[in-house]
Amino acid sequence: MNNRYELNKNLAQMLKGGVIMDVTTPEQAKIAEEAGACAVMALERIPADIRAVGGVSRMSDPKMIRGIQEAVSIPVMAKVRIGHFVEAQVLEALEIDYIDESEVLSPADDMHHINKRKFSVPFVCGAKDLGEALRRVNEGASMIRTKGEPGTGDVVQAVRHIRLINKQIRMIQNMREDELFVAAKDMQVPYSLIEFVHENGKLPVVNFAAGGVATPADASLMMQLGAEGVFVGSGIFKSGNPEKRAQAIVKAVTNFNDAKLLAELSEDLGDAMVGINEAEIELLMAERGI
Amino acid sequence: MAKTIGVLAVQGAFIEHIHALRQLGVNTFEIRQKSDLEKNSPDGIILPGGESTVMGKLLHELDLFIPLKDRIASGMPIFGTCAGVILLAKEIDNDPTTYFSAMDIAVERNAYGRQLGSFQAYEEFSDLGKVPMTFIRAPKITKVFGDTEILSTVNNDIVAARQNNMLATTFHPELSDNPVIHKYFLDTFL
Repeated sequence: MNNRYELNKNLAQMLKGGVIMDVTTPEQAKIAEEAGACAVMALERIPADIRAVGGVSRMSDPKMIRGIQEAVSIPVMAKVRIGHFVEAQVLEALEIDYIDESEVLSPADDMHHINKRKFSVPFVCGAKDLGEALRRVNEGASMIRTKGEPGTGDVVQAVRHIRLINKQIRMIQNMREDELFVAAKDMQVPYSLIEFVHENGKLPVVNFAAGGVATPADASLMMQLGAEGVFVGSGIFKSGNPEKRAQAIVKAVTNFNDAKLLAELSEDLGDAMVGINEAEIELLMAERGI
Repeated sequence: MAKTIGVLAVQGAFIEHIHALRQLGVNTFEIRQKSDLEKNSPDGIILPGGESTVMGKLLHELDLFIPLKDRIASGMPIFGTCAGVILLAKEIDNDPTTYFSAMDIAVERNAYGRQLGSFQAYEEFSDLGKVPMTFIRAPKITKVFGDTEILSTVNNDIVAARQNNMLATTFHPELSDNPVIHKYFLDTFL
């Protein structure tokens, strides 16, 4: 009687109001757990370093992922390349808690995403707009995150993506029923998903913010714009004081509307990650896999 | 007069509890910091599902731990689901840390393994008959002691129990469309 897809959407519900942190070692995973991360993303190189090193980036070494699974009791996620369903099979064999089919890694397929309906483990995917989000849901994703621009410490793209997704949701919600058919056609998504958004005014799955979040105020900004939780990648372990920053971001997500508390949390955090401006980067990861 | 229930809202699936309570015509508020407890006077409190390590840490850092512990000790009705059960338990088999340490139960965290071990069931609950149950990386109640009463088991594992003012379910009644367990909490404990 188990409905795996329901159970997988349910796990994302349990992560809401939380912060998911990128970690590259069991030691970092422990720091993240102790700082209050609700899950960790195990990967060999954080996005800022992937950007710096260049070349092809792939799924992490299973041994490294297992080391992190053993180190913490919170859910462990890991990334696969877009379209690389065999990397996903490997992660499923490791009993990973969530797979991120991620534009941060080099895409393995420039046409097709993974058929995520074939898997028992859950998937989270990135999206820049409502059409992308619903296409991923149709393929079987049970959680969505904004793409943002990973490894930059620049929040502008994540803001653009969450605003656009929510604006398009409001637009669909306000349409006449007979206008939904064209909306489904224009967005290249099934009518049933457009109908769900029209009736419920939200995505059928949990939606987190990701890509460029570096400060407690960034995290709070994403929450106030309607994200249900936050992924922080390079922002923590590329900063001067990872433990303190991680804890501050966790508290900022819980009390995202309390400016007084945010002021306290933003004090003395040490250097934020240096960051690269959107206009200075050559590779826009968000353009991968639409 | 309609009752008021506070739902701990530092992390996890708290909005689902609020929706279930609203279906039953109950007033609700979110507990994110100490002032939320001072501004409202709840008739009962729900500790939702989420990550117990996160909630445990934030309870201390947001100065919520003592005020909530005092209310539990003074007999305020408390309903813990999944991670909320871990917060209530006096013993945690696979973790030296305990939280409110209020209820005479021992629990094992993530007792069914990782996400692939998450499951649904439809089993007897006290005298309510069969109810839908969703277990997400759930704990098990491995032992009850004192005057704790077992309310439900699934495959011989204890999944629900009560003691005095406390109700604990290792499954997530807030994920079901039918708020039958929330109604049980309101009818029996308030």
